[in-house]
Amino acid sequence: MNHKLLRPVFKIPYVIWVALFVIAPIALIVYYSFLDLTGNFTLNNYKTFFTSIYFKLTLSSFWYAFLITFFSLLISYPTAYFLTKTKHSQLWLLLIIIPSWINLLLKTYAFIGIFGLYGPVNAFLEVSGIGTKQILFTDFSFVFVSVYIFIPFMILPIFNALDKLNPTLIDASYDLGANAWTTFRRVIWPLTINGVKSGVQVVFIPALSLFMITRLIAGNKVITLGTAIEQQFLVTQNWGMGSTIAVFLILFMFIIMLLTSGRERGAVRNGKAR
Amino acid sequence: MKEIIRGSLLIFIVSIGLLLFNMKLNAGTSSASKDTITVYNWGEYIDPQLLKKFEQDTGIKVVYETFDSNEGMMSKIEQGGTAYDISMPSEYMIEMMVEKDLLLPIDYEKIPNAKNIDPYFLNLSFDPMNTYSLPYFWGTLGIAYNASLLDGQTFESWDDLWNPTLAQQIVLVDSARESIGMSLNSLGYSLNSTKLEELEEATEKLKMLIPNVKAIIGDEVTQLMINEEAAVSLTWSGQAADMMSENENIDYIVPEEGSNLWFDNMVIPRTAKNIEGAHAFINFMLAADVAAANADYVGYATPNAAALSLMDKEVVGDERFYPDEASRDHLEVYRNLGLDMLGHYNELFLTFKMNLN
Repeated sequence: MNHKLLRPVFKIPYVIWVALFVIAPIALIVYYSFLDLTGNFTLNNYKTFFTSIYFKLTLSSFWYAFLITFFSLLISYPTAYFLTKTKHSQLWLLLIIIPSWINLLLKTYAFIGIFGLYGPVNAFLEVSGIGTKQILFTDFSFVFVSVYIFIPFMILPIFNALDKLNPTLIDASYDLGANAWTTFRRVIWPLTINGVKSGVQVVFIPALSLFMITRLIAGNKVITLGTAIEQQFLVTQNWGMGSTIAVFLILFMFIIMLLTSGRERGAVRNGKAR
Repeated sequence: MKEIIRGSLLIFIVSIGLLLFNMKLNAGTSSASKDTITVYNWGEYIDPQLLKKFEQDTGIKVVYETFDSNEGMMSKIEQGGTAYDISMPSEYMIEMMVEKDLLLPIDYEKIPNAKNIDPYFLNLSFDPMNTYSLPYFWGTLGIAYNASLLDGQTFESWDDLWNPTLAQQIVLVDSARESIGMSLNSLGYSLNSTKLEELEEATEKLKMLIPNVKAIIGDEVTQLMINEEAAVSLTWSGQAADMMSENENIDYIVPEEGSNLWFDNMVIPRTAKNIEGAHAFINFMLAADVAAANADYVGYATPNAAALSLMDKEVVGDERFYPDEASRDHLEVYRNLGLDMLGHYNELFLTFKMNLN
């Protein structure tokens, strides 16, 4: 009986946590987005956001986030699939995840050396007869480095989904006359779609607001919403405009979460219960 | 039930323990803050040996932190999270910080070494009578280039940057005032221009530079130039000095149309806890031998007249880094243009950057 009475008490830390670290910051961002430079209430920040330049910025952020997510998925899905087939899959998985323990900036700086005019990649191109190319400060290098950084986060959820997949379902599919492609399309893919969805969430959303890599690797030739927010807060000191961009970023994230979280129940059960 | 009571009791005891511990820690810092100062400076902008010497000489411990932009520095001081005792803002930022009442006046009784400063660098428009600031270093903005990578091409004016032979060679600074200012100067306008049509024209001209732009980055440019990854860059004088000491093919010029003349200055932010120590630090940095050693290490020009006589004649006589008064006259100091104008500069620079790809 006492237990039931005390139950609300256990909620307190979580309620405090959510209020302090989730609700309060978002409320502050929304509040600041309605302030102009002198601290008066205004809707102008929202008007500015819909001018051509920020609209273009949003579009290009989405385009690069899409490219990064797409290539991460393209590489991660087969990798995760083959990982489940290997003998020491946990060890291999660990090896793939270890690079994500290394500081992001450190990895980024390493790529400046690797992609440089006198770096190993260009040395190889030179030897193979293609000749030295400007790799650093292009959108190619930006997408490449971002994909490299995000791959572990994409592999993990997909690997977990594939690992849980009941292998007898695949056997059954073959027994019923399906070929490899049909088995993948009708059985494996639908049953692992949740892993893919959470992978897409973990990659797409941070990719929208990447900002250090845009400067160090892309030499500001790629600009994301994250760069714009950083500039507004640190250089222009227009907290209102920075917050407005942040509000839209939060909205976009919400939309992406909604898009990638439908139809959850059926798939999670992995078909076993049905 | 018993367990819960026991549990809560334990939590209570631990909390009391932590509270006492915290009080003891706080007591520790408050007594320590008497002989500690927190210095907030630009990156790679001091000879670390001098910090040690200061600690030995005065017994004041130095906590050293760095920033990479005036604006970022001001935001942090405004927040007041850390009690910085010394900071080194540039001239236009001092104007802004005075406006916001973020600085404490300097007590000259405690800084006898102020007499070492060349009067040319005192009583300037951004801080008349030097109420709040004393100069630390000064320098210019110009073009650093590696002629050996460019078939011996040299530079005299900003317009040389638009030369079609420089395709994909130029590295610009990721800062609106510098990049648009450079374009304004090349058109013969003031780099403090607030006329919208002049700014528009400068942005359009900057857009024509796009085929020549290799990247827009920050301090990383020093390493790129030294490694001959980049051939031309928009650079501050001291940064150019760093490049030149590592790679002798690099040269630096200040274009004839004019450019930016800047001063970084020592100030005491309003957040300061150890005002006595802050004055001791400023006085220490202005001593002739200290300023000379620091200028040797950092590579920027020192405003300390007494230090100049202690330094290498060749360095001090180098017109590229110590331009004489006549050539300083057609250089311009940044003025604080207000947040609205700064926002406009940045928006124009953003449109330029959006067009890069």
